[in-house]
Amino acid sequence: MASVNSIYGLFADPDAADRGVNALRHAGVAQDQIVVMSSEPHEGHAFSLLDHKTIMPWLAALGGVVGGACGFLLARYTQVAYPEPLITGGMPLVAPFPSAIVTYELTMMGAVITTVVTLLITARLLKWKQPLYDSEISYGKILVGVLGPSGAARTDLENRLRSAGAEKIKTTGQL
Amino acid sequence: MTTKTPEQINEDLLRPLEGTSPRYLAALTFFVLVVLAGAAAFLHQVYAGLGVTGLNRPVFWGFYITDFVFWIGLSHAGTLISAILRLSNATWRRPVTRCAEVITVFALSIGAMFPVVHLGRPWLAFWLFPYPSERGIWPNIRSPLLWDFFAINTYLLGSVTFLVLPILPDMALVRDRTTGWKKKLYHVLSLGWTGTPRQWSRLEMAMRIMAVAVIPVAVSVHSIVSWDFAMAPVPGWHSTIFAPYFVCGAIFSGIAALIIAMALLRKFLHLEDYLLRIHFENLGKLLLVMSLLWFYFVFAERLTTWYGNGSSEMAVFWPTQSGSYAPLFWAMVVCNFVIPFPILAIKKLRTIAGTVVASIGVVIGMWLERFLIIVPSLSHKYLPYSYGSYRPSFTEIIITVATFAGLAMLYMLFSKIIPIISVWELKAGEVTETATAPALARPEQVRAD
Repeated sequence: MASVNSIYGLFADPDAADRGVNALRHAGVAQDQIVVMSSEPHEGHAFSLLDHKTIMPWLAALGGVVGGACGFLLARYTQVAYPEPLITGGMPLVAPFPSAIVTYELTMMGAVITTVVTLLITARLLKWKQPLYDSEISYGKILVGVLGPSGAARTDLENRLRSAGAEKIKTTGQL
Repeated sequence: MTTKTPEQINEDLLRPLEGTSPRYLAALTFFVLVVLAGAAAFLHQVYAGLGVTGLNRPVFWGFYITDFVFWIGLSHAGTLISAILRLSNATWRRPVTRCAEVITVFALSIGAMFPVVHLGRPWLAFWLFPYPSERGIWPNIRSPLLWDFFAINTYLLGSVTFLVLPILPDMALVRDRTTGWKKKLYHVLSLGWTGTPRQWSRLEMAMRIMAVAVIPVAVSVHSIVSWDFAMAPVPGWHSTIFAPYFVCGAIFSGIAALIIAMALLRKFLHLEDYLLRIHFENLGKLLLVMSLLWFYFVFAERLTTWYGNGSSEMAVFWPTQSGSYAPLFWAMVVCNFVIPFPILAIKKLRTIAGTVVASIGVVIGMWLERFLIIVPSLSHKYLPYSYGSYRPSFTEIIITVATFAGLAMLYMLFSKIIPIISVWELKAGEVTETATAPALARPEQVRAD
């Protein structure tokens, strides 16, 4: 699966993984080169806070507004689009309560769809070929590694990961 | 809960995906055959027309609409309960949520099928959809039946999403443990999940947003289903209490369905270490609250009708209390209140077996309730000369039975493809509980202090 140059350690527990991330930072590895992967979220550990910020709630709200507007316009258009003028006995042509119900449902649908799309894009899903992955993650190991390190730094990074508690060190590509 | 290592959790929860026992295959074959019988009955109805049903003037809504309301109600088992438990951060929810969410998706799909089954010409179902029509025939946006279209689709989309998103990490788990075509399948299904902090934090955020969004949608769905009735000036239907009454009944039947499903999964998938008595006891308490609430609604609705003493309302009221529908009405009261109340109120009886017995009663009782809301009112509308009766035909009975088999079949298939308990959530829960539980001081330390 892996085709890029990388070096990574597999850690048995999240505290050691935290130490591994810190060791890489102290070695001067840029944040966007550090990769962490785990089979659990491990909330409360420092590495779980990497890439934490998201505007997903705001986008969901925006999606809701757009959905609601579409819902209202659909409801309104459906009511006024009859080819013949409707006789409504003095009642408003665009009925407020039914329009509100359709608007409400499509507001929620807009929020749901936007949330899913935002998740797919911002979590970088739908990319089936990953540059780095190790199936031992599914057996409880936590992967902490570096993407694209220089060949000269290999020994230093390996030592740092090992002293942080990595059980195994692996490399990919032409290091 | 007995503390298990992550590897033990993996093995226990992924075991059902590995092989199929003869017992499983026999049960699945049985359910498939019943579903095929239902499909054959439907095709016969399409070919011969609605005349093969018991529907006739004045009762044009019978078993199919009863089933529609029942299944939509049952769908409140999952997403709504799961979302509430997620938002309230109830730690005991972890083994329960996916079992519940699956019921929602399947029950809702089955329920949404019934308006089409009920159509005389189902191939024209698209006429109900609100789209620009070249025929000049526009769906009436003022009709509650059209509101159903929007509400059910929104809820279905939300529920499917709510179910699928937390499955992704488990799909990756299965992907890494399988080979051959299975690995390829799970590779696609996992959508490229690797478990980076970015993916975890986005997933958590998405689930929080979904939980907030899906609760009001779930409430709206059954409110709108109730308005299919309450908006019509039909005796027994035109009531302001109908929306909360329906939502209450939906949650009531949903919890009951969840308890039955959990008990079956526990027994047949050997999940005794995960679906514990505490889960049944907690859900039993919720069921007790809903039973009391349901009884309150029924009493309030009946009292108001009886006190008002309107002639058209009483024409519906008395047949259900002491007339031809009375056996069904009192069976409903027994199933929904008389049986569950003592079982669930007395702690000694609130066992796994006890909650299952109560739940079976509730599911039967709630189906009867849906029937009693629909048929007596339609058969006793304002003008006595138009009074009528309804007797379901064999076709309707077969299709109804087939939907129950359909749910069982879908549930069985699902549990063979996807872990029925969320593996990563359970492991995360084990870690959180271990990490946050304060260490108990030894008695001698307490005495020394």
